[in-house]
Amino acid sequence: MTAILPLWEVFVRAKNGLSHRHVGSVHAADARMAIQAARDVYTRRMEGVSLWVLPSAAITASDPGEADALFAPAADKVYRHPTFYVVPDNVKHI
Amino acid sequence: MYTVELGKQNDVEAVAAVDAARHAMFEARVAADDFIEPKDWMPEAYRKTLIRQISQHAHSEIVGMLPEGNWLTRAPSLRRKAILLAKIQDECGHGLYLYSAAETLGISREEMTEALHAGRAKYSTIFNYPTLTWADMGAIGWLVDGAAILNQVPLQRTSYGPYARAMVRICKEESFHQRQGYECMMQLASGTPAQKRMAQDALNRWWWPALMMFGPPDDNSPNSAQSMRWRIKRDSNDELRQKFIDVTVPQAEALGLTIPDPDLKWNEDRGAYDYGAIDWEEFYAVVRGEGPVAKDRIKARIDAWEGQAWVREAANAYAAKQNQQAAA
Repeated sequence: MTAILPLWEVFVRAKNGLSHRHVGSVHAADARMAIQAARDVYTRRMEGVSLWVLPSAAITASDPGEADALFAPAADKVYRHPTFYVVPDNVKHI
Repeated sequence: MYTVELGKQNDVEAVAAVDAARHAMFEARVAADDFIEPKDWMPEAYRKTLIRQISQHAHSEIVGMLPEGNWLTRAPSLRRKAILLAKIQDECGHGLYLYSAAETLGISREEMTEALHAGRAKYSTIFNYPTLTWADMGAIGWLVDGAAILNQVPLQRTSYGPYARAMVRICKEESFHQRQGYECMMQLASGTPAQKRMAQDALNRWWWPALMMFGPPDDNSPNSAQSMRWRIKRDSNDELRQKFIDVTVPQAEALGLTIPDPDLKWNEDRGAYDYGAIDWEEFYAVVRGEGPVAKDRIKARIDAWEGQAWVREAANAYAAKQNQQAAA
């Protein structure tokens, strides 16, 4: 019987000061081997200084079909942006 | 088929209407150069076409390691060996980026591997030609990777997000492949008469198969129109082929080598090279699996997959045991 290796999502921190960013996935039996595989597949040219792997099955994603309901309310709250407020021209540094 | 879930005619119509609306929205997004992401709704035909295209591309990268692996232990210097090893490792990486992109469409890695081994999935015909001399390592990098770059650059803007992102990474790495190949050819072409003959012989054998990499002529490429509309193909086969010829001929001249096409001639009016007829019979024969080393290639893949099954099983067994101990 053929063993199926679980899927892991891979995140790379390009350099300190930046956050980890999703780059793709690898198959591996466990977390340590997933890190090894991620190193070989996604950082052959100094693309990173740190790796995260996590089981793909552990990710819960929002439903694109509900994107409007989830994100639309932000559109009618323009008062959250600084440009909503009118400040006279002669007032500086604000 | 009976519509068990849809009892009434009204329901059928309602579902059809929702589907049509989704479809229209999808087409509009793609037409506006928006990206489609894995969980977005997409027509089944789009999903299937992409799975076929991406997995075949992935298979090509993986099978593409074999002709070059053939020369790894016989590289003429440590420098060349290190370069070739890095290139082959890149090809493997490219295959893995692409498999990972295809998996987001709902097909498993095992299904794709199985389709390749059973001969249901194709890969680029170019890899069914043998690599007879060291000069083939130069010619492959220069011509085959050169042709691949022209095919792949437009795909960085393809409509499916994970595919486009994989292509961005791949294109960044391909440029090294082409330049190391050209450098290898330069060295041979400026070497002893025997080395120059070897370089010319490699160009003679790889030129036509490289031109075929762009696929059949436009008037004989049935799925092109739909793929163009879906932005999973962005330029026509013949346009890319012409572009390849126009950039490659001066490169061959710089090497002092001759393109093996007596009909090749600069056409002032078109601002492009005219070229001789391509032997499409040979192309279709290779597509059908009649390439000189097609059987060896698939056998090598199956042997690797089956011969290493115990490693995957052992790794899984070890992980299961670790998990059990952690739980206890």
